[in-house]
Amino acid sequence: MADTRKIPAPIVTVETQAFWNAARERRFVVPTCGACCKAHWYPRAICPFCGSDKIEWCAASGRGQIYSYSVMRRAKEPYAIAYVTLAEGPAMLTNIVACDFDALRVGQTVSVVFQDSEDGPPVPMFKLA
Amino acid sequence: MTIKGKAYIAGIFEHPTRHAPDKSVAQLHAEVAFGALGDARLTRDDIDGFFCAGDAPGPGPASMAEYLNLPKLRHVDSTELGGSSYVALAAHAAEAIALGKCNVALITLAGRPRSEGVATGTTPRLRDPNQPEAAFEFPYGLTTANGYALCAMRHMYQYGTTSEQLAWIKVAASHHAQHNPHAMLPDVVTVADVVNSPVIADPLHRLDCCVISDGGGALIVVKPEIAKSLQRPLVKIIGAGETVKHLSGGTFDLTTSGAARSGPAAFAEAGIKPADIRYASIYDSFTITVLIQIEDLGFCEKGAGGKFVADGNLISGVGKLPFNTDGGGLCNNHPANRGGMTKVIEAVRQLRGEAHPAVQVKDCALALAQGTGMQLGTRHCSATLIMERE
Repeated sequence: MADTRKIPAPIVTVETQAFWNAARERRFVVPTCGACCKAHWYPRAICPFCGSDKIEWCAASGRGQIYSYSVMRRAKEPYAIAYVTLAEGPAMLTNIVACDFDALRVGQTVSVVFQDSEDGPPVPMFKLA
Repeated sequence: MTIKGKAYIAGIFEHPTRHAPDKSVAQLHAEVAFGALGDARLTRDDIDGFFCAGDAPGPGPASMAEYLNLPKLRHVDSTELGGSSYVALAAHAAEAIALGKCNVALITLAGRPRSEGVATGTTPRLRDPNQPEAAFEFPYGLTTANGYALCAMRHMYQYGTTSEQLAWIKVAASHHAQHNPHAMLPDVVTVADVVNSPVIADPLHRLDCCVISDGGGALIVVKPEIAKSLQRPLVKIIGAGETVKHLSGGTFDLTTSGAARSGPAAFAEAGIKPADIRYASIYDSFTITVLIQIEDLGFCEKGAGGKFVADGNLISGVGKLPFNTDGGGLCNNHPANRGGMTKVIEAVRQLRGEAHPAVQVKDCALALAQGTGMQLGTRHCSATLIMERE
C-alpha cells in the first residue's frame, strides 16, 4: 500500500520535452499523429504508424484498463508494474499505486495520477478508478 | 537462395565451469574457442570467419580476434541479439559460407555474471540513456523478472494457464539436469516445490527463473567439403529465421513472441513441420519463455501451451517433445546471462547421439534450437535454427 519507493528521474530529451513539460503541470498528454490520427506509446517525434512528423501532444482522458500487471515481491519495497491500455488506444508501461497489491486484477479500470520523481518531472502512474 | 545444406556444425564446446572468479572473460572466450576447434579436429589457423555478440569484451569482434590472434579472417559478424545471438550467428555463419565469404566459422560466447555479482533479474538497470524508451520504462522499475512476469500474467488471464502448468517446465528440466554432472541445480523438483518457492514477481516464483552462471560455449561451422573430411558426425543446418518483436507503438499482444515469425521462416526453409522435430532446445530464461515459444513454434495451438507442457510432456523418454536435455538455463547454466549458445550445443549433441544416455532421444535426426534474447515483455530478438543429422 505504501508508495515510498523512490522514482528515478526520467531522462528528458529534446524529443520528449513537451511531454515532460506537460507532466510538470500534471497534465497527461498522449502523442497523436496529425496525419493518421493515431495515438502511440512510448512518445516519439515520428509516428510509428505512418512515419509523419506531425505529432500533437493531445490532452488524454487519463483513463485506462489494466492489460497485465506484476507485483515485484522481491524488491525491498514491493511495487506493481503494469501495462495499462489507455482509452486513447495504445498501452503503456506504468505502475499501479495506492492499491492493495493482492486485489489487483487484469481488466480493472484505472485513472492517471502523477508521482514525483527524485529530481525530475513527475511520472504518470495509475490508481484504481 | 537458401542456407539449407550449405553448412555443417562441426565443432561444439560447452565450458564446464559454472563459477570462474579466477578467469577473465577473454580467457573464457579463448578456452571455449579452442575447445570447439579440438572437437572439430581443426586448428586456429583454419578459422577465416569470426562471429561474436555483445558479451565479447571490447566493441565488436576486434579485441577477441586479436586476443585469439586469428591470422586469416576474411569475414566477421558481431550482430547483437542478446541471448538469442548465437542461434542467429550459426545461421549467419551458414549464410557467409554459402556465399563463399568464409569456410570455417568460429562463434564464441562467454561471461561471468556470477563472479561479478550482477543482480541480473530483479534490479532495474538503465542500459543506454539514448534508448528512446528509457524515460518511459526505467522509472517504473522494469526488471528482467517482472517484464517476463507481465507476459505470464497476461497468458494466465487470456488462456487460463496456471502456475502448476508452468512449473512442469521446470520439473522436466530438473529431470534432465540430474544426469548432468555440471548442472548447477541437479536435484529433481516437483510441481509443489516450484509453486511453493518464493514469489519473485507475480506470478513467477524463484524456481520459474533460470540460474545465473559463469561459463561459455563455442561452435565451429564449416562448408560441406570440410565437414565431410573431418570424420565426425555430420550435423547440417537446414533452416533458420530471425526477427525482432516489439511493442508496435503500444498495440501489442504479450502472449506472443518473435518465435511466431522466426519459427515459420525456419520451418519453411527446412521444408519440414513442427511435428517432424524429435528434439527441441527452447530458450528458458523463465518457464513462461518456454511455454510461449512452444506455442509460437507451432508445437501446439496458441493458448494450449499449459496443457501441452504438463504431465511430463517435455521429459525425454516420457513426453512427446523432449526439450533442454542438458537441464537448460533453468537448471544447468546460463553463461553470461545468454542461453542461445548452449541451446545449439545440446541440439548438436542430440543429433550426434552424444547426449547423456539417460536423456538421448532415439534416432534423433531433426532438432531445433530456439532463442529469445533481451526482454519478452517489451522488445526482444528471436532466432530459430533447424538442424539435421546426415
